[in-house]
Amino acid sequence: MNQARIESAGASTGSLKSYLTGFILAIVLTLIPFALVMSGVVSPAAALAGIFIAAIVQILVHLHYFLHLDTSSEARWNLMAALFTLLILALFVGGTLWIMYNLRFRMG
Amino acid sequence: MTTEVSAIDSVPTEEFEHHDAVEIQIFGFWVYLMSDLILFSALFATFAVVRNNYAGGPTPKELFDLRYLFGETMFLLFSSAACGFTMLAVHGDRKKLALVWLAITFLLGLGFVLMEINEFHGMVLDGSGPQRSAFLSAFFTLVGTHGTHVTFGLIWMAVMIGQVIVKGLTTPVRSRLMRLSMFWHFLDVVWIGIFTIVYMMGVI
Repeated sequence: MNQARIESAGASTGSLKSYLTGFILAIVLTLIPFALVMSGVVSPAAALAGIFIAAIVQILVHLHYFLHLDTSSEARWNLMAALFTLLILALFVGGTLWIMYNLRFRMG
Repeated sequence: MTTEVSAIDSVPTEEFEHHDAVEIQIFGFWVYLMSDLILFSALFATFAVVRNNYAGGPTPKELFDLRYLFGETMFLLFSSAACGFTMLAVHGDRKKLALVWLAITFLLGLGFVLMEINEFHGMVLDGSGPQRSAFLSAFFTLVGTHGTHVTFGLIWMAVMIGQVIVKGLTTPVRSRLMRLSMFWHFLDVVWIGIFTIVYMMGVI
């Protein structure tokens, strides 16, 4: 009983199938940016867009398949904490870049 | 979690405390990981601001070898996957299999750290150490902080290998392994940001 309940505690459990799916997706999503940048067949702007999209999708894959972050009741508070952190992160990084680039523009 | 609270009366006290403790530990550790993410976001923001300030020193195109980076990335990704297989073995109550996967996870993680140390060592010898330019200061701080996290994760993992051998897969050991796996997967997520923003954006 105890063990079964611990396994349902969220955040660290998964099945073989979900781990394998996540792993294969992560490999593909790693190969895509490396291929884009190393082959040099696309323009820098397109490569930049490509690596960012691949990174965001891969982060979501890791969160879903490895860290089991979803909307289920077991993971709800983890998701709340993650979303709040995302807000702080966006304010922090976005705010820093905004202020520093403005400053450079005014001083330059 | 709210359903758990309403179920207090129906669950025998001892069992509830046990389950509740593990769940709270996992949530608490998640909150720690989120605070760690804020730390990394500060380092990412710093790097993003000074990433073009080379001070006449080497540029990312001269410094970074993407094939080497691919090796590091694969070590960490395979280590993360091995960590997932460790947890499957733990949940299946297969102690020996869990130990084998834990050892594989450790060795792959060690491979990553050794590659990174070798990379840093080569850069410092070439005069491209953290004191060379603002770009390199931010680079070593951000990538080094991640590498330090991975190193401490390895120490934690070595301790857990010992605990699984000596204590077996008891409830506290399982709970610690679950938190270790969260830490390990989290570090792989941070690495995605690093290889994209620091390395790839630099060489494009």
